[in-house]
Amino acid sequence: MSRIAGRFQQLAEQRRTALIPYVVAGDPGQAFTVPLMHQLVENGADIIELGVPFSDPMAEGPVIQLGHERALANGTTLLKVLEMVREFRVSDSTTPVLLMGYANPVMHMGYARFADAAAAVGLDALLTVDIPPEEVDSINRELQRVGMDNIFLVAPTTPDERIARIAARASGFIYYVSLKGVTGAGHLDTVEVAARVNAIRQHSNLPVAVGFGIKDAASARQVSQTAEGVVVGSALVHAMAQVIEQGGTPDAAIAAAAGLLGQIRKGMDSAAS
Amino acid sequence: MSSNTKQDVFAAVPDAQGRFGDYGGKFVSETLMAALAELEAVYRELSADAEFQRELDEDLTHYVGRPSPLYEARRWSDKIGGARIFLKREDLNHTGAHKVNNTVGQALLARHMGKKRVIAETGAGQHGVATATIAARLGLECHVFMGEEDIHRQALNVYRMKLLGANVISVTSGSRTLKDAMNEAMRDWVTNVDDTFYIIGTVAGPHPYPMLVRDFQCVIGREARAQSLAQTGRLPDALVACVGGGSNAIGLFHPFLRDEAVAMYGVEAGGHGLATNQHAAPLNAGTPGVLHGNLTYLMQDSDGQIMHTHSISAGLDYPGVGPEHAWLKDIGRVNYVVANDDEALRAFHSLTRIEGIMPALESSHALAYAEKLAAQMTPQQMIIVNLSGRGDKDIHTVAQLDGIEF
Repeated sequence: MSRIAGRFQQLAEQRRTALIPYVVAGDPGQAFTVPLMHQLVENGADIIELGVPFSDPMAEGPVIQLGHERALANGTTLLKVLEMVREFRVSDSTTPVLLMGYANPVMHMGYARFADAAAAVGLDALLTVDIPPEEVDSINRELQRVGMDNIFLVAPTTPDERIARIAARASGFIYYVSLKGVTGAGHLDTVEVAARVNAIRQHSNLPVAVGFGIKDAASARQVSQTAEGVVVGSALVHAMAQVIEQGGTPDAAIAAAAGLLGQIRKGMDSAAS
Repeated sequence: MSSNTKQDVFAAVPDAQGRFGDYGGKFVSETLMAALAELEAVYRELSADAEFQRELDEDLTHYVGRPSPLYEARRWSDKIGGARIFLKREDLNHTGAHKVNNTVGQALLARHMGKKRVIAETGAGQHGVATATIAARLGLECHVFMGEEDIHRQALNVYRMKLLGANVISVTSGSRTLKDAMNEAMRDWVTNVDDTFYIIGTVAGPHPYPMLVRDFQCVIGREARAQSLAQTGRLPDALVACVGGGSNAIGLFHPFLRDEAVAMYGVEAGGHGLATNQHAAPLNAGTPGVLHGNLTYLMQDSDGQIMHTHSISAGLDYPGVGPEHAWLKDIGRVNYVVANDDEALRAFHSLTRIEGIMPALESSHALAYAEKLAAQMTPQQMIIVNLSGRGDKDIHTVAQLDGIEF
């Protein structure tokens, strides 16, 4: 069983929803990503989603775009992100880690080379925003060869027959994009989300995680009632950027992100009781 | 027999997946996939619909002013002393460039799909102006994304768009040029996908855009081919067009692809020279990768990050290129070459002084290469150059280089 499947099974037994923080690898600095990952785990992260910075992050809102720009400016590359995963694994062999990014850096490295390198450092899954099922078969072969999960997005606009096509190729969990828009947009409709998550369940037994519009304990709590996982990204990236802007240290920035995640965890767990 | 096989090759792209050989495809986020499928279905239906074609032809004739002339530049040809050079005068279209051929077509699609809001990206501003123009005529709400850097370079076109009622949005992310404007347009589309039609200005982007923009621009080559036969009794020996995203080039080239004796040259922006890395020539110096929804040649670094590009002309300042060009390069049907900033600038002045035609800096790249090519040919041979746009918008750039301020 994959680390991700195992984690969801364990959470199901505990009747808890997975909390999945997203941060951009290399933001606010390359040296701070691994300590940040550990602090996120200490504050309730069940799975960690690391953003791979890209020069043209088309699906991101302004907050995460700036995170990508900061990471690229300090020289963060896909190879360095994989090194961060290796370093994280030295003291944490249980928390699943997935990379979320764009097709080009992975394609440029080569799908086979990426799969080998990612498996070697203990990465669990890849989510490429701009590789839909129509284009995925060549990379999926390589990910499957090394036993790595491929996480797919389902959108509010995805018709039923596409959900089936996505479900046939997905593993680990399915990521439901809770709104039409970029990351960090602010118009989450939780009733609609519940309906769509149910539609996904008609086609797949995989856990469903919801992301893109969840920014605080209240929205996380609402979504956790219908999904197995909740992804929080922009709120964390913003919390760190704010500390730095106000003259705080990177250590203070990652503490702020971890603190915010802790609050969200509390909010979610109070819903379960 | 072999010519039949060749015909099939060109007619068979893109395939059902939107691929031109290995290139093209639909590399976008899931949210846009349904919209692309809808667009493709509507386009396939309307492109076979006689009434839609009649509407389009009527607009091209009476609004755009087609056909555009095929003009023999005799003095310029004589001065070069080689092949006869003909100019396909897309600069004489309404709004001053080839871009309007495509915006007229896509705006008709938008209207048929009941979309009340259109968005566009623009580099030099020509596509933005052409979109704002047709939006004004059809009463559509129009938003144009433009890099902050390009807004400075093309102030005249920015004002034109505003006069036409468009909202021009300054894009301050990344390199603040065309590629970033396209990122921002995609972000808008993903947010407003229900009521918004994205009018992409070039033969790039996810399928079906490279196909439908090509089809709308092919009017250039169809006319040029017929005009060449009518005016000279024969086909040209060579075609030359500049390539940024590549829409004017594919429009000229495509109707001639099966004419094996016609050589084709796509001219990329050499900027300060290929050796300096300050250029925008992915077909000459790039490698395949994925950007803006399609697999194509890109300017990218060793980590797969898209590089900043440089060209004197904002319309060519783009790190990617249409996927059909990538395929035509690989199969060897089209030669992709470069002209540097200074060569383009010399051609700009040369055509202006000798023929009284002021070309866009984009088109000046094609002229610069045509000049070299013609010199190696005979007066019995002929070249068609796509004069894709007029140079009025570039007067500030040229004046600045001459040290003149207004």
